[in-house]
Amino acid sequence: MAELNATTAANDVLVSFRGVQKSYDGETLIVKDLNLDIRKGEFLTLLGPSGSGKTTSLMMLAGFETPTHGEILLAGRSINNVPPHKRDIGMVFQNYALFPHMTVAENLAFPLSVRGFAKPDVAERVKRALSMVQLEAFAGRYPAQLSGGQQQRVALARALVFEPQLVLMDEPLGALDKQLREHMQMEIKHIHERLGVTVVYVTHDQGEALTMSDRVAVFHQGEIQQIAPPRELYESPRNTFVAHFIGENNRLSGHLLSRDGERCLVNLPRGERVEALAVNVGQPGEPVSLSIRPERVRLNGASESCPNRFSGRVAEFIYLGDHVRIRLEVCGQTDFFVKQPIAELDPALTVGDVVPLGWHVEHVRALDPLAVE
Amino acid sequence: MNPYLSPIERVWFYTLRILCALVLLFLVLPVLVIVPLSFNSGTFLVYPLQGFSLRWYQDFFTSAEWVRALTNSMIVAPVATLLAMVFGTLAAIGLTRGEFRGKALVMSLVISPMVVPVVIVGVASYLFFAPLGLGNSYLSLILVHAVLGVPFVIITVSATLQGFNYNLVRAAASLGAPPLTAFFRVTLPLIAPGVISGALFAFATSFDEVVVTLFLAGPEQATLPRQMFSGIRENLSPTIAAAATLLIAFSVVLLLVLEWLRGRSEKLRTAAPQ
Repeated sequence: MAELNATTAANDVLVSFRGVQKSYDGETLIVKDLNLDIRKGEFLTLLGPSGSGKTTSLMMLAGFETPTHGEILLAGRSINNVPPHKRDIGMVFQNYALFPHMTVAENLAFPLSVRGFAKPDVAERVKRALSMVQLEAFAGRYPAQLSGGQQQRVALARALVFEPQLVLMDEPLGALDKQLREHMQMEIKHIHERLGVTVVYVTHDQGEALTMSDRVAVFHQGEIQQIAPPRELYESPRNTFVAHFIGENNRLSGHLLSRDGERCLVNLPRGERVEALAVNVGQPGEPVSLSIRPERVRLNGASESCPNRFSGRVAEFIYLGDHVRIRLEVCGQTDFFVKQPIAELDPALTVGDVVPLGWHVEHVRALDPLAVE
Repeated sequence: MNPYLSPIERVWFYTLRILCALVLLFLVLPVLVIVPLSFNSGTFLVYPLQGFSLRWYQDFFTSAEWVRALTNSMIVAPVATLLAMVFGTLAAIGLTRGEFRGKALVMSLVISPMVVPVVIVGVASYLFFAPLGLGNSYLSLILVHAVLGVPFVIITVSATLQGFNYNLVRAAASLGAPPLTAFFRVTLPLIAPGVISGALFAFATSFDEVVVTLFLAGPEQATLPRQMFSGIRENLSPTIAAAATLLIAFSVVLLLVLEWLRGRSEKLRTAAPQ
């Protein structure tokens, strides 16, 4: 899938993957024909389940793996034959990979001294990098004397201290607990905004991808399924995999009845008809999968203005503090979820009630049928 | 002692400790026997001691043969150790990280000097070096001692590399370090405990090696153990005890220094959070 944005001038592109393939055994492709342009200064996340090819793609960019086919360009120059230490790309590793025999300051000085910087210059830059991550007081400590979050910050500072044009991050927050992770997400985001450095970030955590990125590339089976800003990705998934992988999603299977421009009519197994956005459908008669976000389903009176109206039987309430998830039986499907803010919940509603519900055409997307898993 | 033990367990508690002490005594007894003899004023290597004297040490340091033997040992052992350290470390890295056919075969080949009887190594190296005109030479002696030391270095370095985080080398590369810089500044400091332990074994092997030395060293290259060996056959003088005591003292000091070095670098890697 070519993802060339026509409005992006060529000199704004920092990294280009051109038809890149990777195979370890010569048979199965871990990465199939990757075409991707990364813009200068953007925060791009490669998101996908494990084995989807996202980490392999990152490793090829870092130079630790070589593409079986295709070409990777950095600032317009092919880097296929450039060894990692000459690429000038900073990298934050999954378990930080701090040098245990060096103090924090020595870890940060390492990339500068191998580049032959003068001693006073090194000291000055190390000091600046330490203050950027608020670790001035820890310069003399060894990595083993730091907490996980502090080690993470040292790794971040070390990847940035030599001012590379590109920084890669391989699930850098995976080892931290939830609270610290959310804090670090914001910190990384702010550092990115302040320095304007280009970041390529790998994660399997969709929340992380949505909160931090300018654009997210969703990987599955070695291919980019969709690459878009977080909001577009969530609200306009282009296929069933993306709809399912990002956020919660109600899926109804049916057959295409007719198509009229951007809209289409879908027949559900029990005869109900749904009017939906035709996003990724084939010919009439072919199977389609409908995707509706739980927060877009309206209940009771609120559903009156919806062109798609059905009824559902309440099966279960799941209380989550600020909102309630209601499991209903809709159109023969027993795991249809509706998300209701606590303030809008009808207190009279109980399990077993049959309620009218509906959704607008722009909130139901007709996509490719999901392959049998 | 645990106050809830039964009488039998109490007896066993002491028996075990006495047995352990006896085993340890058995191990150090030969060393302990020889040290007092070297300070004996009598001219025979027998107990009881006749009086305290340093005459055998004086004899050792004034005899041309013994001084030459000491000098030879101090040339052969360090150089052989250095060679074993370099080649053993390189081989260990290649054999741990590399993936190639016949890896197990190469591994057993480089380890074989440790398994093959030393006499065979001695005869073989004599037959190899003599036609080359290197029969009585430092070069052949040092090379064969290095070969005997290499397996120890390979084994200790490989063991250290098992727990080595290869991502650190990748991190060094991503930070701009060429492979050699990454090796000397990241890999080597971290596997140093293994390299040092291996070097210690290699040094000990060369320092008290007799058999290969008998085959390869002429009188010019005789090392301390070789000199002691001929001393025992020719004239059983207590100078041998003095030489042995010096050897023991040197080995103990070496061991302590290296153990201290090793402990220090190990502490860096596992420093506890404060």
